[in-house]
Amino acid sequence: MFARGLKRKCVGHEEDVEGALAGLKTVSSYSLQRQSLLDMSLVKLQLCHMLVEPNLCRSVLIANTVRQIQEEMTQDGTWRAVAPQAAERAPLDRLVSTEILCRAAWGQEGAHPAPGLGDGHTQGPVSDLCPVTSAQAARHLQSSAWEMDGPRENRGSFHKSLDQIFETLETKNPSCMEELFSDVDSPYYDLDTVLTGMMGGARPGPCEGLEGLAPATPGPSSSCKSDLGELDHVVEILVET
Amino acid sequence: MFLAFVFSQCVLYPHLYTTEEKSDIISTVEFNHTGELLATGDKGGRVVIFQREQESKNQVHRRGEYNVYSTFQSHEPEFDYLKSLEIEEKINKIRWLPQQNAAYFLLSTNDKTVKLWKVSERDKRPEGYNLKDEEGRLRDPATITTLRVPVLRPMDLMVEATPRRVFANAHTYHINSISVNSDYETYMSADDLRINLWNFEITNQSFNIVDIKPANMEELTEVITAAEFHPHHCNTFVYSSSKGTIRLCDMRASALCDRHTKFFEEPEDPSNRSFFSEIISSISDVKFSHSGRYIMTRDYLTVKVWDLNMENRPIETYQVHDYLRSKLCSLYENDCIFDKFECVWNGSDSVIMTGSYNNFFRMFDRNTKRDVTLEASRENSKPRAILKPRKVCVGGKRRKDEISVDSLDFSKKILHTAWHPSENIIAVAATNNLYIFQDKVN
Repeated sequence: MFARGLKRKCVGHEEDVEGALAGLKTVSSYSLQRQSLLDMSLVKLQLCHMLVEPNLCRSVLIANTVRQIQEEMTQDGTWRAVAPQAAERAPLDRLVSTEILCRAAWGQEGAHPAPGLGDGHTQGPVSDLCPVTSAQAARHLQSSAWEMDGPRENRGSFHKSLDQIFETLETKNPSCMEELFSDVDSPYYDLDTVLTGMMGGARPGPCEGLEGLAPATPGPSSSCKSDLGELDHVVEILVET
Repeated sequence: MFLAFVFSQCVLYPHLYTTEEKSDIISTVEFNHTGELLATGDKGGRVVIFQREQESKNQVHRRGEYNVYSTFQSHEPEFDYLKSLEIEEKINKIRWLPQQNAAYFLLSTNDKTVKLWKVSERDKRPEGYNLKDEEGRLRDPATITTLRVPVLRPMDLMVEATPRRVFANAHTYHINSISVNSDYETYMSADDLRINLWNFEITNQSFNIVDIKPANMEELTEVITAAEFHPHHCNTFVYSSSKGTIRLCDMRASALCDRHTKFFEEPEDPSNRSFFSEIISSISDVKFSHSGRYIMTRDYLTVKVWDLNMENRPIETYQVHDYLRSKLCSLYENDCIFDKFECVWNGSDSVIMTGSYNNFFRMFDRNTKRDVTLEASRENSKPRAILKPRKVCVGGKRRKDEISVDSLDFSKKILHTAWHPSENIIAVAATNNLYIFQDKVN
């Protein structure tokens, strides 16, 4: 049970807070509970992908809860970059939780979503994540969360089969929760943006192949044709439909 | 002395179906303006209308029971091919139009489409056609030697429901409310981000009067949860949000009412702050009083009454089930915290009613400040049995008749209730059962 109104003591050291032992101090217990609430919320957001359009009110409320937790954790100083090289320092439970959420997006594909957001940030697979601001990390987490789309496997790589592209495009839904976090920079995401223009929040940038796409400032969606070989044909079919 | 409600009827809904299908779950309940008719909608897209029996001297004890008057399929499941998503046929809301002739009209809506239905009676049938025989087959004109005038003959009463208008393709998001304007010419439909104004006669056009969709959807933090027209002023309406605010708008001020005329919000209580504060402040229903002077809002734990002349706080706050405050995390986990309870006024605006869990529903008398918890269950369903007040034990010793918080059944939720416009008759929807309770005095 989440302890309501639990006073937070000044956190002396992060190690205390993140201890995974039973019988923790009040402060640690609060942090664990808060973390579990965060995890629960992210899982709920993932489960938005059902046959029927998800309830927007519920999604917005959950997203706001996630933001609140993230803000508080930022103020606490307990929010840390979700970076592999920081993994050793990160507490075990934290590592596990984010890894579960990001499993499909990282690792086996070899292409890590780029964390940065700002202007001029180049895209493309990066071998590891640089430490990011908590805001970016949160968005990343959230985007990774919604990327974990039901039973889907094998995501994150640029070079996808057409089947995977089709599958993704069919389920992308502008009014779904994903749109709330549509400034994600994973190459995977941008692939969709380029091909369909269906993501209401992102305008595709100049099409210099799929890799060099900068996250665009959101604007009205527009169709954009890439001039990549056979994908071109696919795009034409989709966009003209 | 509080009203003593007695059990009147329990209808296993819908009356005609015997299987316990998921689609039999009642999703909306609404009396018409005279209280003669009671309409219900369900998850399967059906509408069932009950009509109150005329009380006769011979059957005084029946006290005007409600019998099935008409059943029809209002909405069908659809598929949005562009998004590859199903559109549910569940009826979200039904609103009656005031009666202007012999027929009854109501609006019913699912997530995307509003329909105007005409329900009319037919108790006469023309007989004696010249070109058709009694079975309706065409007669050979050569055999006709005389002409006659067809006459209307009585027949068994037949109630027909026909769709007169279909208002479609105006909502990107899910419709949560419809409200008939007091001018009886227009109505509004509200979804998560927009409110549209319709004329009953025009189905291919609607005016957008509220749009809170941000240019960048990433900035979306608030949605519209309910909306209603003022009962007397056809230019005024209110809408509530997921952040616990209510905005009153005047359509005379501008075509797009994005700037409210009044903004109702209660300052947050810092001692009660938690990560769930915003979620439980989200307003699930807003209703004008019959007088038009007050609005009532329902959030997860309370019902609030606001005076239209005072924006900074409600004038009355009633705790529906405050014992759930310590359970918010569990309720978040099982999604119950997102349940949308409705609330209703009685005819004189002196009593308000709303539902809770475990098939409990609550009534608050605004004058005496007394409240009562009642239960809609089969065990209490003996004819004319007075409903016994229920009590939830919050801790410590549990008395004999009390039920402890941990024993509450959260799958039995009463989200939809209705109060007869002038009498003390209430309709309570408990999943797939429709209960009707009447005041003992009746």
